[in-house]
Amino acid sequence: MAHQDTIVALATATGSGAIAVIRISGTDAIAIVNRVFKGKDLSMQPSHTIHFGTIREGGEVLDEVLVSLFIGPNSYTGENIVELSTHNSRYIIERIIQLLIKEGARAAQPGEFTLRAFLNGKMDLSQAEAVADLIASNSAASHQVAMQQMRGGFSNILKQLREQLIHFASLIELELDFSEEDVEFANREQLKGLVLEINTVVGRLITSFEQGNVLKNGVPVVIAGKPNVGKSTLLNTLLNEERAIVSDIAGTTRDTIEDEINIHGVSFRFIDTAGIRDTLDIIEAKGVERTREKMRQARLIIYLADPQQDDIDEINSQIVEVAALGVPYVVVVNKTDLLTQAHKEALTAIAPLFISAKNNVGVEELKEELLRKVNLHNLGTDDVLVTNIRHVSALQKTAESLAKVLDGIDNPVTSDFLAMDIRQALHHLGEITGSVSTDDLLDNIFSKFCIGK
Amino acid sequence: MFNKYNIIVVGGGHAGCEAAAAAANMGSSVILITMNMATIGQMSCNPAMGGVAKGQIVREIDAMGGYSGIIADKTTIQFRMLNQSKGPAMWSPRTQNDRMRFAEEWRLQLEALPNIDIWQDTVKAIQVTNGRACGVVTSLGISISADAVILTNGTFLNGIIHVGEKRFGGGRTGEKAATGLTEQLVSLGFESGRMKTGTPPRVDGRSLNYSVMEEQWGDEKRGSFSFTEVSLPIEQRCCWITYTNQQVHEKLKEGFDKSPMFSGRIQGLGPRYCPSIEDKINRFSERDRHQIFVEPEGWRTVEIYVNGFSTSLPEDVQQQALQLIPGFEKAKMYRPGYAIEYDYFPPLQLDLTLETHLVKHLFFAGQINGTTGYEEAASQGLVAGINAHQRINDGHELILKRSESYIGVLIDDLVTKGTEEPYRMFTSRAEHRLLLRQDNADVRLTPLAHKLGLVGDDRLEKVKSKVAAATQLVDYLRKHSVSADKMNPILDELGSSPITQKTRLFNILTRPHVHMSHLSRADSELVGLTANLTDEIIEQAEIQVKYESYFDKEMEIIEKMKRMENQEINPDFDYNTLVSLSKEAREKLIRVKPRTLGQASRISGVSPSDISVLMVHLN
Repeated sequence: MAHQDTIVALATATGSGAIAVIRISGTDAIAIVNRVFKGKDLSMQPSHTIHFGTIREGGEVLDEVLVSLFIGPNSYTGENIVELSTHNSRYIIERIIQLLIKEGARAAQPGEFTLRAFLNGKMDLSQAEAVADLIASNSAASHQVAMQQMRGGFSNILKQLREQLIHFASLIELELDFSEEDVEFANREQLKGLVLEINTVVGRLITSFEQGNVLKNGVPVVIAGKPNVGKSTLLNTLLNEERAIVSDIAGTTRDTIEDEINIHGVSFRFIDTAGIRDTLDIIEAKGVERTREKMRQARLIIYLADPQQDDIDEINSQIVEVAALGVPYVVVVNKTDLLTQAHKEALTAIAPLFISAKNNVGVEELKEELLRKVNLHNLGTDDVLVTNIRHVSALQKTAESLAKVLDGIDNPVTSDFLAMDIRQALHHLGEITGSVSTDDLLDNIFSKFCIGK
Repeated sequence: MFNKYNIIVVGGGHAGCEAAAAAANMGSSVILITMNMATIGQMSCNPAMGGVAKGQIVREIDAMGGYSGIIADKTTIQFRMLNQSKGPAMWSPRTQNDRMRFAEEWRLQLEALPNIDIWQDTVKAIQVTNGRACGVVTSLGISISADAVILTNGTFLNGIIHVGEKRFGGGRTGEKAATGLTEQLVSLGFESGRMKTGTPPRVDGRSLNYSVMEEQWGDEKRGSFSFTEVSLPIEQRCCWITYTNQQVHEKLKEGFDKSPMFSGRIQGLGPRYCPSIEDKINRFSERDRHQIFVEPEGWRTVEIYVNGFSTSLPEDVQQQALQLIPGFEKAKMYRPGYAIEYDYFPPLQLDLTLETHLVKHLFFAGQINGTTGYEEAASQGLVAGINAHQRINDGHELILKRSESYIGVLIDDLVTKGTEEPYRMFTSRAEHRLLLRQDNADVRLTPLAHKLGLVGDDRLEKVKSKVAAATQLVDYLRKHSVSADKMNPILDELGSSPITQKTRLFNILTRPHVHMSHLSRADSELVGLTANLTDEIIEQAEIQVKYESYFDKEMEIIEKMKRMENQEINPDFDYNTLVSLSKEAREKLIRVKPRTLGQASRISGVSPSDISVLMVHLN
């Protein structure tokens, strides 16, 4: 079978559910996963087997996963397929997908797995029409999404970027196709300056991805605290609805529960967690571990304390533990209605906020504090953000090609070889800005330079 | 009065000549009909062949057994290899030619081929039966029948020449236009359009003062277009460079109100890369001078071609402005520059074989397809000639790939994207230009030509031995190392950093400025190996070594695209049945009738999701 490039995408629907499946398909699927998987050597394992291990980036463990191996042609697509069952966290999923892209996979187009399955004879002809429609509607939908994401500054910056790159490519092509013309050619220093300028913008867009994600998916805020301090009640109050199961039995929330709320235009994703305590209940113990993981990944932690349960020293030591995670946090004292004034005063030193989740007291102040804490003033609507993983992967590839161009300018190689990497850069950028053709370059050359005998 | 021919070629320019020659060499009986036998193989515009991208095309034509390269070589008055400071893919041969000798050589070449008859007449109509071309009718009222017809009408169809406010019918200066044929083709259902091009004045060389101009000589080391042995003229002639100035521009501006370009009398779109001098002044008013190339028209003639001064301003303005150019103070004009408008047929109406979608056995080649340039025309003529012959003999059609030749890029671009302005080849149009080099045109194409019977065994053998010898040499360099004390003195001379240990010759050769001859000085065995090899083979090996990593990368890209390029589509596929296609894509696909998925993906308006839909249905 012909060599097929390797594609990756989330195979399960986004949203609720404890487990997500990331699917990788293509000739190098197993090799690519093997490079980031710690566990058995996947290249030595037979088809249709499942393996436990961790996905690592450098030394960092991204997640514990189950790996399912399907060796082509006995797979859904007919190619080598690896499926990673991960915990269902957008953050984890996107980091793993990005890691796989860095290792040589590319983000799959809508419907591409199905398309490959069809092309490799894995589906019968009667399914063809359905597949075609699916692809057409999927890409229409994704186009719509892309267009929505391109509102505001993003599309403008991309347009500029595209023009800058076209201009740069034109200067190179000018030297090649029009070397005999009486025009001034750019020198290497000028070219280098141009590439650096373009690269800076590309770099900025790539780093905006993380921030963009925060905006798109909501600022992840973990509500943590010991069992039965009223975390679910607070979540419910924030959401104004019965979302979490509330009871007086400690440990009712065994899994994390997420929901979104919009506070003054900023979307927050509140994550209610199982209470942290040493527990003998195995299911709950897993919940507690999940909680710690969630806290580490949060952008902000609301640490809820209940002075009815714990004295000040105990609360203090809990705060030290939370602070050790290195995530911004805010300590909130709940059940304030049950506190004496003296008790309150004693607590003020360590906790600035007093609420009663049950009676909706102090919740507005908490919201204000959250807005202050996440400090999103630098993410105003004018700022440019990349929010789509396919966009960021295209930008990363653009940056890689531009790095090669810079390398070529320094080396120095002649322009015809530089042009090769510039074309690659244009190709990758073209995936988000619309493709750049030779005609675009020639148009630019003819409009800016006096060509022709 | 005529027996039936296999193939009728209409037109005797670069496209017509190559078409007739190719078809005849493959065994077809051919009649070439031209309005004027005296202008067969005429260089209508500048007396030069090749240049960047075009030189590569001439090499490809030669590799395929065409004659443009040989004729250009025989009539060269100056040779230059352009772009030598760039990588080998950019090296582009270009010649100045003797215009009269060039046409003479073409005429003699056609006369020397046994299967070609010539008839001087004008074709008025194509005869079509059952959707198939079967002959032509001429202005003398003669019907000539044939199995296939190739139209290479150049700029003659309803040609109108403009000089200032004067306008008259004509296909070239002094030659009348061809009328009637466009209208007949349109009545058959073809779509026609209008294009424009121009040419500069010619002057008497004896009236010029060359002492104030810059000399421009050819290369000392002569190259050639042809891969065959052609006896080249030993001498070369000098060209000159001079410049316009503000006075020239002011004078030209005085004629702007009479310019057919600016008054809107010319409707057709002209090429942006070949602008008239008035266009240059108008669009780039910040420039205070423009380059003028002073090119002799031949060995013995005193006629000079004033390259860079294409114009359709009134002839008196042309003359007065010319005389303000340094060296042209006393210039005598032989003939004024002019603009010409002509009919073309948007090439989306063609298949990749250059056969029309509408009428089978009818082929179009050259400027009639909206291209410009002798090289572009000649290469289309060659392909049309081959395919016409194959068509009537049920032979394999010839479709050159974008990854194997500029000719393939040219035709694919034309029939897939169409063209609004006269199409000229640029290296940037080729996505795999690093592989489409002038040095390997024979390696790329001669085996194909041999299969078609266009070149003999000797030429194929020559290519094979060139490849074998170069490969052997590269293998040697890969396997053998050289010690530091032998190599370093030479590297030092070249300003290249020394090696610290035994190093493979291959690796040393990848350094800039290091050539095979330098390695030979440090490795005596290499001296013996290269002693009997031609410069061409040594150069071939050097190129392979120096640019191997780039070529590999390019091959990888081609490999990736193969799946798309090899996935064939039935040209008669009914796209109306695919409701998932976008409306625009469906219309374009119906019009272009792409042959492969790769070609479909290059049609503007066909999106990646349309391609996915196609993939599913083609499987």
